Amino acid sequence: MFYIYCPHCEEHREEEEFHASGEAHIARPLDPDNCTDEEWAQFLYFRSNPRGIHHELWVHAVGCRKFFNITRDTQTYEIKEIYKIGQQPTVTAE
Amino acid sequence: MQKYSGFGLLKHALSHHENWQRVWRNPQPKKKYDVIIVGGGGHGLATAYYLAKEHGITNVAVLEKGYLGGGNTARNTTIVRSNYLWDEAAHLYEHAMKLWEGLSQDLNYNVMFSQRGVLNLGHTLQDMRDIERRVNANRLNGIDGEVLDAKQVQEIVPIMDCSENTRYPVMGASWQPRAGVARHDAVAWGFARAADALGVDLIQQCEVIDILTEDGAAIGVETKQHGVIKADRIGCVTAGNSGVMAKMAGFKLPLESHPLQALVSEPIKPILDTVVMSNHVHGYVSQSDKGDLVIGAGIDGYNGYGQRGSYPTIEHTVQAIVELFPMFSRVRMNRQWGGIVDTCPDACPIISDTPVENLFFNCGWGTGGFKATPGSGHVFAATLARGEAHELAKPFSMFRFHDGSLIDEHGAAGVAH
Repeated sequence: MFYIYCPHCEEHREEEEFHASGEAHIARPLDPDNCTDEEWAQFLYFRSNPRGIHHELWVHAVGCRKFFNITRDTQTYEIKEIYKIGQQPTVTAE
Repeated sequence: MQKYSGFGLLKHALSHHENWQRVWRNPQPKKKYDVIIVGGGGHGLATAYYLAKEHGITNVAVLEKGYLGGGNTARNTTIVRSNYLWDEAAHLYEHAMKLWEGLSQDLNYNVMFSQRGVLNLGHTLQDMRDIERRVNANRLNGIDGEVLDAKQVQEIVPIMDCSENTRYPVMGASWQPRAGVARHDAVAWGFARAADALGVDLIQQCEVIDILTEDGAAIGVETKQHGVIKADRIGCVTAGNSGVMAKMAGFKLPLESHPLQALVSEPIKPILDTVVMSNHVHGYVSQSDKGDLVIGAGIDGYNGYGQRGSYPTIEHTVQAIVELFPMFSRVRMNRQWGGIVDTCPDACPIISDTPVENLFFNCGWGTGGFKATPGSGHVFAATLARGEAHELAKPFSMFRFHDGSLIDEHGAAGVAH
């Protein structure tokens, strides 16, 4: 059970208010017209899915409905840091 | 291999059951094998068994980091069915269903396969339209199925609340009479015993920490306990940890690993003689031979390798079950656990060659791999033996995500997610 700090509401709320939206920092191709099928597949479907440190996108779905990022350990489930969209994580895997 | 039979049981009773042969050997690994299978769960063991039995390849090792059948094989809710919508998936799961039907005899091991039927409930008009479409598709593929109305559902499950006084009234269901449940552990043990008897080395407590490659081809694995073990071909059947294995080989898979929870109640007298699943209120339940209600539902939404999940997910699951079976509201729950499922974007598995030559993956079964265990092993064994995909496995290449030929079973089939 997570107790998550929403950086927009600036409050801790229970997990049920939030929705996990998958891996963060997946950049949309800059030149979409010239992407190969494989590049599109990598963007759309292929994920790092690490056992350990994972940067992920969450949305405060039944709160402020804004997105933000969480760095979390997928093995211990420990939340390492929470940061807004556009910012970079300070806790990384290597 | 000592053949099991009723007579054997009597004979061993005379010596107080103290002289049974060990079910499988516990060998030291050799330096090199024809095929290494990473992962000693149901699918991996089935692969090893069919490699030896159907293809005569017996110089095979199954490397398991824990104990046999200790991952998702031990953690699922044991439902077996084949009522998938799309041809590709329907053929694959029906292939498995046909193997299930003769499996206990084939393995000389009682996997307690019980064809007690599975109901997939519909609670909305759209549910019912989807059910009709799916059942029609199933029948065209030679898979048994019927569309039932609420009254017929009530006849099959008298204890379910099929009245109109519920938040999501039961409008009908799809019914697959040949579907059912099997004893999950016995499936792993049966395949392990039969594979061992054919000469396959089952190496437990042997964790693969690297996949060794040379000129873009896999040549072996490095293990924590036994050093380097070489192989001509490697098959990874590592479920939730497939992403970790792929990273060792230097590529990504279109998978995300999530916790999937299940729970069982205290054992009670026989009350439910079929399997009830509902996508809409989202829960499924059956009763084991021991008497406990086996309950499951959806995955936790976040990535996780922790083999445990969140309480809100359990609460949602139990809400759905109590909505359908008000009489279960006073049943106490006994145990709850989680397994790590590797979910694919199209809710279909990956049985595939990879960017690394001689390295094959059988993964992505997500929340519904148990039902496919024999079929998955059968087609993956053929894939490993020939070095190219079995006819039924061809549509399940990982490269389908490159050309867009996805098999979208998400929501379209009786898939409970």
